[in-house]
Amino acid sequence: MHESIGQILITTILSGNFVLAMFLGMCPFMGVTHSVKVAFPLGLATTFVIFMASVCAYLLNLVLIPLHMEYLELISYITVIAAAVQLVEMYVKKQSPELFRALGIYLPLITTNCAVLGVALFQTARDYNFLQSLTFAMGGGVGFTLALTLLASVRERVRFSRVPNAMMGTALTLMLAGILSLAFMGFAGLGGGE
Amino acid sequence: MNLLPGTNPPSNWAEFLEGLWQRNPVFVMVLGMCPTMAITTSAINAISMGLATTFVLAASCWMISLLRHVIPKEVRIATYIVIIATFVTVVDYGIQVISLSLYEALGAYIKLIVANCLVLGRAEAHAARNPPFASVVNATGMGLGFTLGLFMIGGVRELIGMGSLFGISLFGPHYQPWVVMILPPGGFFVMGLWLMVFALVRARRDHGLAAQTQGA
Repeated sequence: MHESIGQILITTILSGNFVLAMFLGMCPFMGVTHSVKVAFPLGLATTFVIFMASVCAYLLNLVLIPLHMEYLELISYITVIAAAVQLVEMYVKKQSPELFRALGIYLPLITTNCAVLGVALFQTARDYNFLQSLTFAMGGGVGFTLALTLLASVRERVRFSRVPNAMMGTALTLMLAGILSLAFMGFAGLGGGE
Repeated sequence: MNLLPGTNPPSNWAEFLEGLWQRNPVFVMVLGMCPTMAITTSAINAISMGLATTFVLAASCWMISLLRHVIPKEVRIATYIVIIATFVTVVDYGIQVISLSLYEALGAYIKLIVANCLVLGRAEAHAARNPPFASVVNATGMGLGFTLGLFMIGGVRELIGMGSLFGISLFGPHYQPWVVMILPPGGFFVMGLWLMVFALVRARRDHGLAAQTQGA
């Protein structure tokens, strides 16, 4: 893989958006996007965890690969991620109790956010070097926050619209997400494609 | 289904059916969305992913249920995750042995079963409180319900997006495939449409029930 830093950044934020193109981190995407006020901070918290997971996964690879213990990859990644999420949880709880309450169950659930584990797995699968991994994580986090914020804004706008009864709730959110995903497909090819 | 002697048959059957239909993980609980969307581009991928998840679900629920009195409450989530990750590693290597092309089609999403909320959710809500047999039955039902949901999405996407099912062309050579359905937006649309269909059916059934009670 000889992707430049700029290419990776543009791909992960726009054409290869984590949520809208790779379907990573769907649970918070559906769960907390009822208002921008909650979606944006959760996006930032997730970005931070993704970033830490990326660095940790890179360091873990330095240990696991020379020892030929790749089969432990999954177990060690997830343990490290769980520890990182615990740290973030403690920090948010201390710094901003009201945000902690607003995020609720979705804060500890960052552990089982596919985006976090996905970053660690994809950067390993694509043999990224340290700088590429960092960019990939950064772009992924920004893309995740962007998608979450966009969907939350759209949902705030349609809250009082008249929609058919059968479409209420998750079905409507999925349709909106589909249209958003369709719009992001327009970026395909930017950054040199896949 | 083969029921063990001495157990209460209807309750086990109910446990099994609960996940398969009434509380279907895909359409009712809306859990495990990442694989639901990402790999349902064809029916065969959907079914393989569903079965892999079923195995992980049943095996880890069995293990967690056996250990439920041993695991300290404070570190239970971490323990569950490690148990689940172990079984996912087994599946990951297992699929590599069975079919390399399937392994490449599913890619990193096999490993991402670890982060499937359905597995952790079942572990926490069911396996941690019930004896091994009941939780395996419940987990198998949930897993098969998940497989069914994935197949319903993957089948429709493959049918419309490629004009085929299980790789067999159905509409003849003149069918113009609706490619958007096998691209990411298609996943959202098909899932949204299924939810809409279920909401319509439920509304009609409730309407029918209301009319019946009024008539009586």
